[in-house]
Amino acid sequence: MRHLLSASDLDLSQAVLILDTAAQMAATQAREIKKLPTLRGRTVVNLFFEDSTRTRISFETAAKRLSADVINFSAKGSSVSKGESLKDTALTLQAMGADAVVIRHQSSGAPHTLARAGWTDGAVVNAGDGMHQHPTQALLDAYTLRRHLVGDRGRADATGRDLAGVHVAIVGDVLHSRVARSNVQLLRTLGARVTLVAPPTLVPVGVDAWPAEVSYDLDDVLTTGPDAVMMLRVQRERMSSAGGGFFPSPLEYTRGYGLDARRLAMLPDHAVVLHPGPMNRGLEISADAADSPRAVIVEQVANGVAVRMAVLYLLLAGGEQAGRTTEGRADARTDETRVHA
Amino acid sequence: MSTRTPASGSGRPPQDPAAPPDPRLDPMGAPSGTTVLGPDDVARALTRIAHEVVERNKGVDDVVLLGIPTRGLPLARRLAQRLAQVEQVPVDGLVGSLDVTMHRDDLAHQPTRTIGDTYVPGAGIDGKVVVLVDDVLYSGRTIRAALDAISDLGRPRAVQLAVLVDRGHRELPIRADYVGKNLPTATAERVRVLLAEIDGEDRVVIEGTGR
Amino acid sequence: MTTYLLTGARLLGGDPTDVLVADGVVAALGARARDGGGQVVDADGLVLLPGLVDLHTHLREPGREDAETVESGTRAAALGGFTAVHAMANTTPAQDTAGVVEQVWRLGRDAGWCDVHPVGAVTVGLAGERLAELTAMARSAARVRVFSDDGKCVDDPVVMRRALEYVKAFDGVVAQHAQEPRLTQGAQMHEGVVSAELGLTGWPAVAEEAIVARDVLLAEHVGSRLHVLHVSTAGSVEIVRWAKARGIDVTAEVTPHHLMLTDELVRGYDPRYKVNPPLRTAADVEALREGLADGTIDTVGTDHAPHPREDKDCEWAAAAFGMTGLETALSVVQAVMVDTGRSTWADVARVMSGAPARIGRLTGQGRPIAVGEPANLTLVDPSARRVVVPEQQATASVNSPFAGSELPGRVVATFLRGRATVLDGALVEQGVHA
Repeated sequence: MRHLLSASDLDLSQAVLILDTAAQMAATQAREIKKLPTLRGRTVVNLFFEDSTRTRISFETAAKRLSADVINFSAKGSSVSKGESLKDTALTLQAMGADAVVIRHQSSGAPHTLARAGWTDGAVVNAGDGMHQHPTQALLDAYTLRRHLVGDRGRADATGRDLAGVHVAIVGDVLHSRVARSNVQLLRTLGARVTLVAPPTLVPVGVDAWPAEVSYDLDDVLTTGPDAVMMLRVQRERMSSAGGGFFPSPLEYTRGYGLDARRLAMLPDHAVVLHPGPMNRGLEISADAADSPRAVIVEQVANGVAVRMAVLYLLLAGGEQAGRTTEGRADARTDETRVHA
Repeated sequence: MSTRTPASGSGRPPQDPAAPPDPRLDPMGAPSGTTVLGPDDVARALTRIAHEVVERNKGVDDVVLLGIPTRGLPLARRLAQRLAQVEQVPVDGLVGSLDVTMHRDDLAHQPTRTIGDTYVPGAGIDGKVVVLVDDVLYSGRTIRAALDAISDLGRPRAVQLAVLVDRGHRELPIRADYVGKNLPTATAERVRVLLAEIDGEDRVVIEGTGR
Repeated sequence: MTTYLLTGARLLGGDPTDVLVADGVVAALGARARDGGGQVVDADGLVLLPGLVDLHTHLREPGREDAETVESGTRAAALGGFTAVHAMANTTPAQDTAGVVEQVWRLGRDAGWCDVHPVGAVTVGLAGERLAELTAMARSAARVRVFSDDGKCVDDPVVMRRALEYVKAFDGVVAQHAQEPRLTQGAQMHEGVVSAELGLTGWPAVAEEAIVARDVLLAEHVGSRLHVLHVSTAGSVEIVRWAKARGIDVTAEVTPHHLMLTDELVRGYDPRYKVNPPLRTAADVEALREGLADGTIDTVGTDHAPHPREDKDCEWAAAAFGMTGLETALSVVQAVMVDTGRSTWADVARVMSGAPARIGRLTGQGRPIAVGEPANLTLVDPSARRVVVPEQQATASVNSPFAGSELPGRVVATFLRGRATVLDGALVEQGVHA
């Protein structure tokens, strides 16, 4: 694995490896000493063209817990806001010696451009590109789901397991959501079944090609007893004419597609509620639902650090040939028989 | 001296050594070379080491065995069983695992390694005598990483090292307290340890020369 | 002026014959040709076409000389086998007055590589609000007959109606860039399965088809002729076919890239494939090929759109729309239509010379290859194969979607009224015009 640009980059064994590694990282984060020396001497650059304190802090924490040096580069107040191009920014970072560039950008495909163009030698991690992908979000969602649904809320060992048989409903603005795109792909890779629920205006033309069912009726889908409901954030601006007029009013949206106490009660006992954050309390999710014991939203954030530690470890810790072989099993050779230089 | 809260890895106690081999661990292919230890040799070595541990530490109070994955783990479990028998104490509190991957200094020179479990039994390692258990001692770098990993988990009273094979060629000032067999080797040679729990049989083989 | 004897040339891909080019015309064909002496051009195995005419080129001058100039663009045109190009109006300042169109016309004349016919903007500043001085441009030295806001759509139906009516006075034609602006706000690529997956705002086919449908009906109502630029969807082809069957005076154009490339290429987010209208599906490509073969589509226009490097060396959303095409057009058409047996070289002559000249009302271009006709000729080696290397092209920009691809055919010689602008596949540097 050379870069992590899209959930579709991962096959089943790679996805499970990341989840298992995340579990190991999570274990270290439960200790008093949370810091590990593993990525000492490596430099991770957070290249955030879009504002996102939460995700940036999550990546920063992950990198620092592995003893990597972190450089934060945010668009505001930097040369980027004065019109410096992605290319020139990347070349500057390369000159600083970035081993990994974590990039969040408003344009779909910017991480691919960065990875392909040869402006940086480092590993590229997509922290969210436009409406396209947010693979680490999907990974932390999958990790959370696995921990609860397969690992019995952490009481059972889920190592090596996938999400076969799990039914997830993803509700909200699918059309504009990179979280939805990444989750549909990753959940499918892990063997889960996905139902997308949205008003027809917020589902893309071409969704028929996706490995997911589509429904316009949330109550209908909830009666089928999904194991998890993932609520997507909906932007109020999209309801205005200038924003595209996708929906007549917030109230109509909430009535049709909001998760409230009544809908929560329709879920089976074991079902969990996820949200990538930040939440619009009262719009796509009510306060009752957000604060209920079924909601694992706060845990998602904690899991985000462990998952990002796992991703950085798997991309950076190995040598030049690391990209080609990451077998999902313990190295079979005796540790000490390697000849050291 | 701070007393740290007990650290646990994924929270699972080590598996019963009598259970069938763990399918996640990939057994090596058939070895070719000279067998220097057969199953009986291995068993005798472990029994001797067990007695040495008991003797040196005057019993097994406060002794914790930590096996280094991959093959240090089943060795640690077998040692723990012997200690339990000799000293008439339960096995469970005696043994755990210590994954050292994240503390290694040579990660950049190899393909990415999978991270194994770290599990410390009972109340942790503060004030205890930790006996690290590994299959082969060579450059000493794995043990250096293990010492670093231990310092993240707590502050033991002492750390000792038990290995099945010491093949020489130390690159760091590290020595084993308990050795199953001293095996002088050339650097071009390769020492392979096979264990029943992983490879289906107990054997130590040297490969790579006309021995 | 030098006299040339082309020996063994296959006229429109037919039987080989000798052609004498002298004093600016085709002086003799066949046996009589050898009587005239002249510099011999060995055309054995080569196909002789009438000089190609492009109704759709962006020469970028005035205003964007960093991407292309009339000089560099017409050099590229000559190498591509073109003897006349129509330079689109979206320059800075726009070609919306007699003054600017005459300036561009003169630049072309002075460069001397091919005839440059400036296209007049339909509306002032291409703003789509009020008509530009179309008559003044028609009567200027540039003698504009083709009017277009290309780059933008004349979306106001009233303005489009007025334009269609107005140009009848001087036998002009409005060439529409069909794109409903509100349906394509922020659009980055074709709206479909690929855009849904890539998270790029889609440019739905209906945004083109709705305008084409409206315009053919308007043209019918006011009795005007209409030219539809860069048709890109199967639906648009059907609408044009329907309109023609109804007797509406509409002509349609397709670009080489729309004949060959699909939206699957966008998957790597490489802005080389970003163009307006966007690359579409395989079904659309097939319908366009079918439409070109059966005459529903009248012309191939390059829509040659050079851009400076920094406008393509970036993330997709920040990249400019457009592809270069003058030096690859004939090869692409050969690959897609001739080598597959869908069209003959005579068809190529029709769609890349005869029809565009007729639509542009050019006398002297797109003429049959016959004694006495102006010697605007293109000599092609269809058996050649070459890899496209944009850096080696004459166009000043390198944004070609065919970079690294191997294409068939090579222009060996181009004659502009009897003067060789290209010989042995290379420009004849002299700068003297007849």
